[in-house]
Formats: sequence, C-alpha cells, structure tokens
Amino acid sequence: MSYEFLQTLWFILIAVLWIGFFFLEGFDFGVGMLLPFLGKRDTERRAIINTIGSVWDGNEVWLLTAGGATFAAFPHWYATMFSGFYLALFLLLVGLILRGISFEYRSKDANPEWRNRFDWMIAIGSFLSALLLGAAFANLARGVPINEKMMFTGNLFTLLNPYGLLGGVTTVAVFLLHGANFLGLKLEGELRTRVNGFAKKLWGVTSVLYIALGIFTYAAGFWARGIVNPGIVPITAVVVLLVAGYFINQKMEGWAFIMVALNIVLTQVTFFSMTFPNVMLSTTNPAYSLTIYNASSSQYTLTVMSIIALIFVPIILAYQGWTYYMFRKRITADKQTLVY
Amino acid sequence: MDPITLSRLQFALTTVYHWLFVPLTLGMGWFVAFMQTRYYQTKDETWRKMSKFWGKLFLINFAIGVVTGIVQEFQFGMNWSEYSRYVGDIFGAPLAIEALLAFFLESTFLGIWVFGEGKVPEKVHLASIWLVAIGSNLSALWILLANGWMQHPVGFVINEANHRAELVNFFALVGNPKGWLFFWHTISDGLLMASFMILAVSGYHLARKQNVDFFKRSFAIASLVGLIASVLVFLGGHTMGQYMYETQPMKFASIEAHWETSQPAAFSILTIGDLTGKREVWSIRILRVLSFLACNNFNCEVKGVNELQQAEAQKFGPGDYIPLMVITYWGFRIMMTFGFMMILMTAYFVWANLRGDIAKAKWMKWLPWALVLPYLANASGWILTEMGRQPWIVYGLLKVQDAVSPNLTTLDLLISLIGYTAVYGSLAVAMVKLMRKYAIAGPDGADHESVDVESETGFGEVLPVGAQD
Repeated sequence: MSYEFLQTLWFILIAVLWIGFFFLEGFDFGVGMLLPFLGKRDTERRAIINTIGSVWDGNEVWLLTAGGATFAAFPHWYATMFSGFYLALFLLLVGLILRGISFEYRSKDANPEWRNRFDWMIAIGSFLSALLLGAAFANLARGVPINEKMMFTGNLFTLLNPYGLLGGVTTVAVFLLHGANFLGLKLEGELRTRVNGFAKKLWGVTSVLYIALGIFTYAAGFWARGIVNPGIVPITAVVVLLVAGYFINQKMEGWAFIMVALNIVLTQVTFFSMTFPNVMLSTTNPAYSLTIYNASSSQYTLTVMSIIALIFVPIILAYQGWTYYMFRKRITADKQTLVY
Repeated sequence: MDPITLSRLQFALTTVYHWLFVPLTLGMGWFVAFMQTRYYQTKDETWRKMSKFWGKLFLINFAIGVVTGIVQEFQFGMNWSEYSRYVGDIFGAPLAIEALLAFFLESTFLGIWVFGEGKVPEKVHLASIWLVAIGSNLSALWILLANGWMQHPVGFVINEANHRAELVNFFALVGNPKGWLFFWHTISDGLLMASFMILAVSGYHLARKQNVDFFKRSFAIASLVGLIASVLVFLGGHTMGQYMYETQPMKFASIEAHWETSQPAAFSILTIGDLTGKREVWSIRILRVLSFLACNNFNCEVKGVNELQQAEAQKFGPGDYIPLMVITYWGFRIMMTFGFMMILMTAYFVWANLRGDIAKAKWMKWLPWALVLPYLANASGWILTEMGRQPWIVYGLLKVQDAVSPNLTTLDLLISLIGYTAVYGSLAVAMVKLMRKYAIAGPDGADHESVDVESETGFGEVLPVGAQD
C-alpha cells in the first residue's frame, strides 16, 4: 500500500473514531447535562443515569482511541493540538474526571447532599466537555496560529473567539437534544413525557444555533479550504435536523433520535472533508499548516497499525453493538431494577 | 519554578497517583472472577457473596483508575510535545493498541458485569468479569511495553531528515524483554496488592468476629495467593535487576549507591549521602552480594557511578548523567524491605492458617495496618524506575529537558498542577470514604447494588434521623 494511501486511510480512521465518539458520547453528555433538571426525585435521577450506566465508559473509549490513534498515526498533529490546546484540554479532562467518577460514586452513599453534589458534577462535567470539544473543533476548522516549527503560538484566549464559542455552544445544544431523544427512547411514564417536552423546546434553539454556525462557516470562508468540497453533506445535515423537529412533535422517538444522530455524523463528515488534507490549519501562514503528509508517522508504522486496526475494529464494533442490543429495554424509575 | 520542573512535578504527581489505584484493579479482577467462577460451579452462597463484596471494593477503586488514566494518555501531547514528535512513530503504537485491545474490552464488559446481572445469561455474566480482568491486565502489558521502550529503546532507527526516531521492527518493540519483565513484576504485584487488601479487610472483621466463615475463606485464599505473588514479584524484580545491570548500568549503580567500579561488588545496607544526594559520606556494605544481584555470580565486576558518568559524558557530551541517588537508593530499599516483609508475612499467614483457627489470632486486629506495605512499595518502585532513568526520557536517545512542550508557560502549568492536585485530592477523599464504608459494612452491606435514599424526598430537604445509610 502506498504511503499516501495509508496517510489518507488513517485520516479517515481517525475521523471515524471521532464520529463514533460524538455520536455515542454525544447522548451521554446530553443525558448528563439534563440530569439535575429532568430528574426531580432520587429514583428519577437514578433512572436517568441508568439509561447510560452500562455504556458511557465504553463510549468514552472512542475518545481515548482517537487520541491514541492520532498519536500513533500523526504524532505532529497530536503534539501540536494537545500542547496548543493545553488549558482547554486540561478543563476537558477535569470535566471528564468529574462526571466519570460521579456516575460510579453518586449512588453509593445515601446522603441526599452527597448525591446532589455528584449529580451536579455530572451535569457540569458533561457541559464543560461538550462545550470544550465543540470549541476545539470549531477552532480546528477556523485555523489557529501555528509557526514554522509546528508550534501553537496562541493561548487559551486565542480559542475563545466568536466562531469557537459558537461552535462550543452549538455542540452543547445538539448534544442536549441528542440526549433528550435518547432518554425518550429509554425511559417510561412521566419521565418520558417530561423529556419529550424538553426535546421540543431544545429543538428550536438547536436549529437556530446550528444554522447560524453553518452561515458563519460559509460567510467567513472556512468552507472547503482543502481539496474536498463537502458538497451537499452539510445541507443534508441541516435538513435532517429540521426533519427531527417533525418527528419530535409526532413523538416518533426512534426517528427523532436517528435524525439528530445523522446530523452529528454529517457535521463531523463535513468538518473532516472541509479540512482534508490539512489536519491543523495555520492562520499565521498557510504553508505552516499541518497536513496528513507532514504530520504522519512512517510508512512502516502506518502499515503495522493498519493491520492491527483491520483485525480489531470489527471485533470491537461487534461486541459494543451487542451490548446495546443486550440493554435495549426501557428503564423504569423502579428502585428494584436500578443499579447506579 | 520553570516549566520543565513543573511539568515533571505534574507528571510525577499524576502518574504516582494513577499508580496507587491500578495494581489493585489488576489483581482484584482475578480474585473476583475466581470467586464468581466458584459460585457458578458450586452454587455455594458464600462464594456469591464474596464476589459481590470484593467486587464492590474493586469497582470503587476501578473508577479512579479509569478517570485518572485519561490524563495519562493525554499528557504526553500536552506537556511533552517534543517527546511526542520525536518518538511518536514508535511510542504511539502501543498506546493506540492499548486503547483498541484493552480499554474497549475492559470498559464494555465492565458495563455488562455491573448492569447485566439477571439480565444476561449467567455464563455471559461470568465471562464478562474474566474479560474485565484480562482487559485491564492487557492494558498493563501495552503501557509497560511502551515504558519498557523508554528504558531500553529497540527496533528503531534515527531518521536524520525528519529529526526523529522511527520504528523499523514492531516485533522488537513487542518482544522487548524490558517490557515483559515489567509486566511479570507488575501483574504479580497486582495480585499481591489485592491479596493485602483482602487480608487487611478480613483481619478487621475477623478481629471483631463478624462473618467469620466468609472472611476466613477470603483470608485463606488471599494469604496463599499473596505468598505465591510476593515470591513472583521478587523473582521478577531480581531478573529485572540483572537486565537493568546489562541495559541501564547507571540506574543499577545509582540504586545501589555504588560509586566506584569493583570486582566483586559489595551490597549497601545503609549509605548516607551528602545534601546533594550525589555524594557518599558513610556506608555499611556486605561483600560480594551486589555482584550476585547483578549477574548471579559472587565474583563479577559491577561498574560504579563515577566511571559510568565519565563514559556517558564521553558518549553523549558533557552533562550530569547521574540520577538523583537519594531517591533511587532509598526508593529501592523501601520497595525491597516491604517486599520481603510481605513474603514473610504471607508465609506466616499460610502456615498459621494450616496450624489452627486463624480467627483466634491475637495479631488479627493489627492487620489493616499492613495495607501501608504494598501501597508504599508500589509507589517507591515506580518512582525509582522513572527517576533512575534521569536525565533521559528515552534512555540514551532523548533527554527530559528536550522533551517538554516549548509553548507552555509557568502560569499554564501552575493552573493545571494546582487544578489536578485539588481534583485528585477530592477524589481520594471520596474514594477512601467509600472504601472504608463498604469494607466495614461487610458482605451484607454490599449485597444491595446501591443504597437507596428515601426516594420521595426532594433534593435539599433534610432526611429524618437514622434514614441515612
């Protein structure tokens, strides 16, 4: 296999890992953010957490794998992005730590204050994570200051530009909606009715934000700066998001979930095709941009990693998919059946 | 403080902290899987309770290992970007493989194990805890192969055009004896750590005559496994020492405060250095033992720190190639002393258990304090192995000072260092509180998956007295 083919393959693989992560952990983040607002009583909150209890950790591994794969396949991308977005990533890690530990610990003590504190940590941790990931990706699309040594020359405030912030807030909104749709599929009774109401309200705000982000991207010229034109993909992303509104109103939860999930997937497809073959655009000088060619590992390493990925990714997909099948039933706010 | 020192401090803090929880995860998974298998085979209720109770402590500990592990993977890029650029072609592979092979396995099946009881077939539920144990130990293998490469780099060439090291032989990386010796030492250490957790908690309950059968059985298993594991830890460590003598002679000499090359070499029982930690003032030594440790031969030559310093300066250019000896020397002695104490203790426990009723032993109430031994031995072992590599981040290839992210400021690092310290500190408080609570509550406390609060109470309202716990 040619070097160029392998570099493209790994770009696609990393894109797939991020898509998987945003699709799966997207609803986990949404569920986490909704938790203290949706659950009025303890059993309700437990029911909400239990909808993602068996899967959130496995979903988060998509992020770890995306990180590890970027390190292995594009060391310069990993090095520049992770050191450049230092404080943002530090806050993301704090967010992920807080929510991860809270899922496990909140129900292990009966003190309502203990539980309430961990519930809020889940919500805040999920919010921080979604906001920062969205802002980071928006900044990747926009470009960041990178010098000729592939070094990021900005700071945290460089990332807090209007486009980055809009990207962050939009991501939060989309994940909230995605989470609400997921909960609509997994809950029963009063909680289900309540979450359907949330989804209705969220849909309007989310659509406005999403369209604004699209217009900003287009107007500011962040569009297709690589060699691929995303074409109708982003338009389809808008359409499915709008169609989701219809299904939400009709209480067709399955279809509503699929539409927003598609929106997330198509957004990521747009992002990755928009930048290709760049992986980090330099606003200092386009010649300093990191691309799949100047940021990648050697051909040998990419070959080895391709073989390993080809063997193990299908196995992982099979057993993770099987887990979702296994836990497909709705969760009731009945203490006997709750775990977390 | 300068960014390099702060980055090193942060790496040390986050890594040692992460490592406080990992060995227990590695070992306890096997115990729980074994207990659940025995229940599956015998349908003896005690086995079921055992797997639930020790499984609960496993989970409380596991959670911290998972969340602090994310930081571990990210901080190579965040704080050590030049390192990541220079060796990413090699070092990234085992990390990515660790995520693909191990993280997915352990996290997915942990979800099934925790949530699947009664929902999935019993066989699947049993298989899932085995897969969790296998997954977490596989993860240890890959990260130790990565670390083994930093200690003893193999299978690579320097690409002068790209200014970096590149992988040319994946099988050399995977077959690196350094990594496999680490793995041997680490998984047996995990079993030893878990044995001591079980012994300590069992001791607490046996001294109070609570659930005597349950804890006697736990004690018997843990003392036997602990004895075997502690001997394996020692043998692995001894073999590692000999390999270290061949591959990292400076680390070996610094661990022993062995200044001058000698044949045969004497083992230091106690060496007092000066305040720089790099000069000897006074020592007591046993003849020839160091030679034996280095090469199983009482008469071989062991190179001293001074000669090695000269040789390294000649090879790599002027500089200080001596690790901070006060840490490597004492780190080794703490690890080794506590390791031997654990061999003797578990041997005595096994013997005492065969001899009579262990529950009547007077020393039982002191047993919880024994937990200090594995925790301190683990921490000092890891510190000495990393500090012993200084000033190198990859031995002979890249120095720590050249590996740090050049864009980070002192302020960036102070924010993250203080932040991690605060978050990790609070996690430890919550974790210790829960561990204590569930350990003291005993098997009946763990039988309900989650304690329930008065569920109709809204948040923020005060519960009636006695409703808590």
